[in-house]
Amino acid sequence: MIDLDHVSKRYDGRAVVDDLSLTVPDGAFCVLLGPSGCGKSTTLRMINRLVPFDSGIIHIGGEDVRGVSPETLRRRIGYAIQSIGLFPHWSVEDNIATVPRLLNWARNRIRDRVTELLELLRLDPENYRHKYPHQLSGGEQQRVGVARALAADPELLLMDEPFGAVDPITRDALQSEIARIHAATKKTIVFVTHDIEEALRLATVIAILEKGGLAQWGTPLEIVDQPASGFVRDFVGGETAAASNCSGCAGSPSGCGPAKPLRVSPYRPRLRCAMRWPR
Amino acid sequence: MRRFSIITSPALWVGVFFTALLFGMPQLAPAFEWSFPGVSPPVFERGSFFALWLSHAGLVLAASGAATVLGMVLAIFVTRPAGRDFRSLVSTLAAVGQTFPPAAVLALAVPALGFGPRPTIVALFLYGLLPIIENAIAGLEGVPGATREAARGMGLSPWQLLRDVDLPLAAPVILAGVRVSVTIAIGTATIGSTVGALTLGTPIFDGLAGNKLPFVIQGAVLVALFAILTDMLFARLERWLQLPGTQPAV
Repeated sequence: MIDLDHVSKRYDGRAVVDDLSLTVPDGAFCVLLGPSGCGKSTTLRMINRLVPFDSGIIHIGGEDVRGVSPETLRRRIGYAIQSIGLFPHWSVEDNIATVPRLLNWARNRIRDRVTELLELLRLDPENYRHKYPHQLSGGEQQRVGVARALAADPELLLMDEPFGAVDPITRDALQSEIARIHAATKKTIVFVTHDIEEALRLATVIAILEKGGLAQWGTPLEIVDQPASGFVRDFVGGETAAASNCSGCAGSPSGCGPAKPLRVSPYRPRLRCAMRWPR
Repeated sequence: MRRFSIITSPALWVGVFFTALLFGMPQLAPAFEWSFPGVSPPVFERGSFFALWLSHAGLVLAASGAATVLGMVLAIFVTRPAGRDFRSLVSTLAAVGQTFPPAAVLALAVPALGFGPRPTIVALFLYGLLPIIENAIAGLEGVPGATREAARGMGLSPWQLLRDVDLPLAAPVILAGVRVSVTIAIGTATIGSTVGALTLGTPIFDGLAGNKLPFVIQGAVLVALFAILTDMLFARLERWLQLPGTQPAV
């Protein structure tokens, strides 16, 4: 359980995150959603203390994140970012083994773990283990990035627009992977995105942020059906139309096709189709 | 295949040629006598060329070694959060060191340090600092932000970040700076002979003073070959150190 209690962050006197309180239950897939500059990324980075917060308190599993050194804290939390940040001079195996090595795991254990993770991410271990990041496609790099975040089996995974830089088809596949991994491992995931369809598809719970504060907190269905404010309604976009137009895929997610990237149109007929179904 | 590439390496042949000239210059006396009749002796003989080269290389090694150590320390310092404010100051100071002509530094250093190798080392050190600092800063700052962010997010300590990420990724650019600095220092060290340091510049200045052109040629050719050879060896070092998945800097 992650507990943010009246947390604020100011840059040059301007509040980027303003008195934010929210509680992410264990095993949740929590998506922080909002437009650029709403503070969602800063919020995520405050959880593993990449950004120091000015006031408030953050607990993970009841433990104050400021109670341990930032390095110790971060080694217990998986972290994946948009531009992947793989170490270009390390092989896939070394990249994935980063945190286990920092934690001084035995060599055999690391090796087995890398094999296990490559299989989990559907990359052939013997083929990919010794490759370097520049030899991989964008989607493969992103898979390695996710594998690296999962390496030390953290209870909590932080993902900052991890699929933002890949093409729509690859993104769709990666979204399926992470949904599958979440279902299989029951890890708590906090996931930042500005893509409403991605959020609806993946989340068990969504926090919509506006100017550093919480605009709405709820399940994807609640967000879509009962937007708490004009801002949420506008951001989610033309929802009444969406509800009435979503007839073709009521039964299963497979009928929905791949999620489309964010569109500007106020009519978003496929919005609900994007949701993971049934939950 | 690998052996073949060593045998055909230009560095090897430049090295062989350089060594042959270094030890065999006196044997070329008849050729110089024939080309420059009336110059006596035809080959510089106030000291062996090998001894001059040894002293020359020692000066460069001391000056460039010190410049590399200080340059790296300063560059690392100003690219850490604690030293960021000093970045422009350090760059400016290094640039001033570079704009001072080494000859002027020599003239100023002699009263303080006396004649001999010491003022030369000081001049070469100051002169060689800029390319090392500038390249080291550029290299360290060129490490992709996302890579450092990911490294920090996974719990690398600041020291591990420097050792495992920053330095390996910046190494090609840093080494390129050292290469430029050392190559320049080899050429510049010759003027140390004007203040009593023994270098391959000694025959050059002797020749200029005594109007003996062969001495100038002998010194100049050896210095040039030394500089070229060193540059080639650095190029090999760069290729050898090149990390998988990275591009050489030059």
